[in-house]
Amino acid sequence: MVTRGFFSGRRPPSDTDARIPPGQYLEQGFPVLSAGPTPRVRTEDWSFTLKQGSKPIKKWNWAEFNALPQSKMTRDIHCVTAWTKFNTPWQGVMIDDILADAGIEPPTAYTLALSFDGYSTNVPTKDLVTGKAMVALLYEGKPITPDHGGPARLLVPHLYFWKSAKWVNGLQFTERDEPGFWELRGYHMYGDPWREQRYSSDP
Amino acid sequence: MSAEPSPQSPWQAATITRIEKRTPRVTSFWFQPSRPFAHLAGQHVDIRLTAPDGYQARRSYSIASAPEAGAAVELAIERLDDGEVSPFFHDVAAVGDEIELRGPLGGHFIWEDSGPILLVGGGSGVVPLMAMVRHRTLRNMAVPVALVFSARIWDEVIFRDELIGLDDRLDGFNLVLTLTREPARRPSDYSRRVDARMMAQAVERLPKAPRLAYVCGSNAFVSAAADALIGAGVPAEIIRTERYGV
Ligand SMILES: Cc1cc2nc3c(=O)[nH]c(=O)nc-3n(C[C@H](O)[C@H](O)[C@H](O)COP(=O)(O)OP(=O)(O)OC[C@H]3O[C@@H](n4cnc5c(N)ncnc54)[C@H](O)[C@@H]3O)c2cc1C
Repeated sequence: MVTRGFFSGRRPPSDTDARIPPGQYLEQGFPVLSAGPTPRVRTEDWSFTLKQGSKPIKKWNWAEFNALPQSKMTRDIHCVTAWTKFNTPWQGVMIDDILADAGIEPPTAYTLALSFDGYSTNVPTKDLVTGKAMVALLYEGKPITPDHGGPARLLVPHLYFWKSAKWVNGLQFTERDEPGFWELRGYHMYGDPWREQRYSSDP
Repeated sequence: MSAEPSPQSPWQAATITRIEKRTPRVTSFWFQPSRPFAHLAGQHVDIRLTAPDGYQARRSYSIASAPEAGAAVELAIERLDDGEVSPFFHDVAAVGDEIELRGPLGGHFIWEDSGPILLVGGGSGVVPLMAMVRHRTLRNMAVPVALVFSARIWDEVIFRDELIGLDDRLDGFNLVLTLTREPARRPSDYSRRVDARMMAQAVERLPKAPRLAYVCGSNAFVSAAADALIGAGVPAEIIRTERYGV
């Protein structure tokens, strides 16, 4: 349906079209969205735990975690509120390297990312490994600000950005695909921006 | 959709049935959906505009009307002069136009009647809080509610007459206005940005500590207001935020 009188709009330059998923627009800033107040997590209090179900597999403190091998990823990110931002530069620890340090292979097909403020989001394990995702520690070469999920956030750039849990403090491997905080509140279980999987009713 | 996954909410055509200027920068639009839906106070819809060449722009807008107010949903849209979508509504949209929308959306920033409630809105961030206040009134709910509403000037207080009218009923709804660029007009109001002391005084207007606090507005406002609430001793776990992104 064409909207009467809507011509102008802010079309992206045509050479960038192919990088903008359906229903998204290009954003130069970096909007902030979250369900509650911004937690201030001190690195002294920070830890990261791998769990299978409720059973801890391995836990790192800030210094231990920062000593793991670090990688860089520069990626386009896509927020479900319809903005896309190009070339966001992150540095952190690949999930592959976290698993290697724990000496395990992924034990189950599903994962819940857990956060300091009690939020969680589900991601299939295969979307976290083989170079696809990291726990990011730096953005544009600097510590991630609390608004954007610092000290550490998950980065799964090929899914809508709510899957990239802010203030992440652990990954929990689950037997079933268990919905997290937003998924219980109507957001999609997988969240592929290229298939516009925003809400749970989207195919 | 509280704890339920969202019901089917596909795109549908909605007809603009009424337009009313609220303040110099905010205008309300009523949309009659072709397939009416029931929403919860606090939810939003997504709007999609399509140009002849297929280009689309989409944005989210909170619903200002109470669920009880009938099938047409009221959206109150603030004009951002250099924006893409909001100037379209202010300059082009007319009664009778069809606009695509989908909703209701959002399952977190929704009214829950579980005890005293503190609402904090900045500018157009008052919109979903207005739906909550109207819902409470139309249902004759006794739950105590305090609304702290920050606007730049008196003439930019959206829904001003309606809110003051509700405040005057003394039925457990308490309105606190704070103007950031003008002196306060009512004795109980403020003339500064929200801070912890203002929040502590708002909490005191409730008969008991709030069970839930809802904060909505621009990202900068929400961050400041949420910090002020925490500074006033409101536990972070009971604070729900809706950020308009920019
Ligand atoms: C859940 C939710 C509920 C909301 N509810 C409401 C509501 O009830 N009422 C309301 O008014 N708003 C609401 N909003 C905000 C709304 O969705 C829009 O963001 C707002 O209307 C601005 O859209 P726009 O297209 O006019 O401006 P945009 O084009 O998105 O621009 C926003 C600002 O960013 C700047 N900008 C961004 N990109 C560019 C660019 N490429 N070039 C130039 N400038 C740029 C502009 O200066 C402009 O001022 C809500 C948002 C959310 C997420």
